[in-house]
Amino acid sequence: MAQFNLPANSVVKPGKTYPAATGSGQTKKVVVYRYDPDSEENPRTDTYEIDLDTCGPMVLDALIKIKNEIDSTLTFRRSCREGICGSCSMNINGSNTLACIKAIEEIKGDIKVYPLPHMQVVKDLVVDLSRFYEQYASVKPWIKTEAPPPSGRERLQSKDDRERLEGLEECILCACCSTSCPSYWWNSDRYLGPAVLLQAYRWIADSRDEATAERLEELKDAFKLYRCHTIMNCTNTCPKGLNPAKAIAEIKKLTAVAGG
Amino acid sequence: MSKAYRLTKHAYDVVVVGAGGAGLRATLGMTASGLSTACITKVFPTRSHTVAAQGGMSAALANMGEDDWRWHMYDTVKGSDWLGDQDAIEYMCREAIPAVVELEHYGVPFSRTDDGRIYQRPFGGMTTRYGEGIAQRTCAAADRTGHAILHTLYQQSLKHNAEFFIEYFAIDLLMNDEGACKGVLAWDLATGELHVFRAHMVLLATGGYGRTYFSCTSAHTCTGDGNAMVLRAGLPLQDMEFVQFHPTGIYGSGCLITEGVRGEGGYLTNSEGERFMERYAPNAKDLASRDVVSRSMTIEINEGRGVGEEKDHIQLHLEHLGADLINSKLPGIAESARIFAGIDVTREPIPVLPTVHYNMGGIPTNYQGEVVTLKGDDPDHVIPGLMAIGEAACVSVHGANRLGSNSLLDLIVFGRAAALRAVELVKPGQAHEKLNDAVVDTVLDRFDKLRHASGEITVAHLRIEMQKTMQSHAAVFRTGELIEKGLIRLRKLFSQMDNLRLSDRSMVWNTDLVEAIELTNLMPQAIVTAQSALNRTESRGAQARDDYPERDDENWMKHTLATIDEQGDVAIGYRPVHMYTQTDEVEVIPPKARVY
Repeated sequence: MAQFNLPANSVVKPGKTYPAATGSGQTKKVVVYRYDPDSEENPRTDTYEIDLDTCGPMVLDALIKIKNEIDSTLTFRRSCREGICGSCSMNINGSNTLACIKAIEEIKGDIKVYPLPHMQVVKDLVVDLSRFYEQYASVKPWIKTEAPPPSGRERLQSKDDRERLEGLEECILCACCSTSCPSYWWNSDRYLGPAVLLQAYRWIADSRDEATAERLEELKDAFKLYRCHTIMNCTNTCPKGLNPAKAIAEIKKLTAVAGG
Repeated sequence: MSKAYRLTKHAYDVVVVGAGGAGLRATLGMTASGLSTACITKVFPTRSHTVAAQGGMSAALANMGEDDWRWHMYDTVKGSDWLGDQDAIEYMCREAIPAVVELEHYGVPFSRTDDGRIYQRPFGGMTTRYGEGIAQRTCAAADRTGHAILHTLYQQSLKHNAEFFIEYFAIDLLMNDEGACKGVLAWDLATGELHVFRAHMVLLATGGYGRTYFSCTSAHTCTGDGNAMVLRAGLPLQDMEFVQFHPTGIYGSGCLITEGVRGEGGYLTNSEGERFMERYAPNAKDLASRDVVSRSMTIEINEGRGVGEEKDHIQLHLEHLGADLINSKLPGIAESARIFAGIDVTREPIPVLPTVHYNMGGIPTNYQGEVVTLKGDDPDHVIPGLMAIGEAACVSVHGANRLGSNSLLDLIVFGRAAALRAVELVKPGQAHEKLNDAVVDTVLDRFDKLRHASGEITVAHLRIEMQKTMQSHAAVFRTGELIEKGLIRLRKLFSQMDNLRLSDRSMVWNTDLVEAIELTNLMPQAIVTAQSALNRTESRGAQARDDYPERDDENWMKHTLATIDEQGDVAIGYRPVHMYTQTDEVEVIPPKARVY
């Protein structure tokens, strides 16, 4: 069997431990991946013991508590703190999710926080998402029509047609699904990944869009679309409960019908 | 100083700071019109706080019953408690209709009526026939309208190849000696490099400053960076005392529960199970405007009729609406209530509390987005090279109290208006005059000093002290005595900013420094807010003074202007409210008692 080794400078080393302050109530250990691009050092995992009695309910609350009270160098993205902006996507105890809606209570034992897997780490929990965003732009995620829209009023769309967008248009581009996908890990240079394919399907499914044939033709590619092997990690991990795997299956069906 | 940091220089026709609804709409408009446009944003565009807007965007489309933009204008003026500028309100309400249609044409996935038109729901303060009936005016994409609009605007920006500088943090405006804005200095978090952006017009679309308070629906990133840049440029902010408390933030977390819940038939009860809004607003009941509902809830709690062990919150019911309606029209709040309150909304009420939500105040502008100030006798003196739009701006269309669903509208209408105005003012490709090095050096000095701050107080400590002071001294009900105590505390905290201690000295993704800069942005806004609240000795809209319970049109129907100096001392001035309209299509709405 082939042996894979991480490059020596990628091996994650144990880092510092910050014990709970004296007088703490119920405590929990938060183990966090750290990487400082300015230092020559390997990435490490620091362990922070926090007082749950003075911490909010979510993993993001724990990270903010650490940043506020213990170690202000800890670096992560966050904004809305209610699961709609998609900033705080990270890997928590082995699953990709949003730290702001992941309850500490649900986690047995230590909380283990890593960056989204298989992405270039910029610093600590911040990863470089520029390729993900480029791929999003590449599927031309905007409405395309031949006919001009009606003047002075909206296009009509039936309730049923609108309902086809449910489960698609709610995507928050957090990248949890794409970065949970082994196919994406291996081929992220050429495979679009579940989030972007879901977004591509969002426009294919929109009754107002008139570029379905063009969109399908663009996607009909051994790598862009067909690197999806129905592993289903995407659907299992989506923090918004969406089903990218189903959207991909729908695209595959349509490309087959279109003479695949 | 500039030698210590390598600066990358850019020249654009226009620069937009912020990529929420207003920033994106403006960027899109100017890019499409051929101006070279850079949009600088500290978060990826779809992570801007517009994404969290839930209920919808108002426009008198009349898809679900009779409507008229003049009724919308009347409601907005009344909602503003007659502090809104009526020319700007007229413009917004008339332009609302093409603005929503334009968004639909862009592809926004609005919910639909049976005949396929845009679905519209009732919202607080929105009436037909000048207060007679309840209007269905708020255009909705389920309860995720902000998300739908923001993502669509970003998609349109991609279509038009708009140029973004993402995760660039704007440090300060570059103002020349004549008081004109010539660009902005920004910090690229990913590489740690500093960038000078030259522009003939800078548009601030930096949002509100909800994070001056302890409990707010606003995102962590809502720190009013543009407002603070304007203050540092020696320019005033307007009507900062008017801070909107949304009636229904989830008790504890502060997460927003849309007014759309009450629009769809939800209602509030106290500990006695009473629908108390019937007492305070016999006609509109739970759909009175937000300031009225938040005050009523606070009175109920103060008089001992709050719910829970501590009798400190109120209940919001939607159990009776049924699972079908909740799933189709309010799925997002069902999710939020489950996650943040552990509540199944089909069975139990949601525990809620008035929570800081929106800043009516901000950078004074005219209806075309140009920043104005009082200069000599001229209350509408335009600052060359500077515009402001969205929550950062005070046009003023919201006056003393914003109506729900008028804010998404404000973003789109004035984002577009500012783009149109910039296209009129800026000729593409013009050369940039030389800027005195000292201008950039001053900004860099402040940045560098903060980066190396090695005092004794952490950013987080000072921030929470400020937030708690604002929460307890400048909340729903205020008195002069209470605000004065708050100001003493705030001034002390302000002076402690010289004693900050940062631990991270790096340039790449140094969020310790980002938060420090944001704190130095929040603090002056907190002081200006409190000082403006103390100064206004009347009750109007969101400003409810226990010691001055009446509205005083004779003395106070005017906008507050507030500047702050480096010592934290505030100077107050005034601008008149625009009691005129732009056209003859509508009459000025004279002030009268505000009853819902």
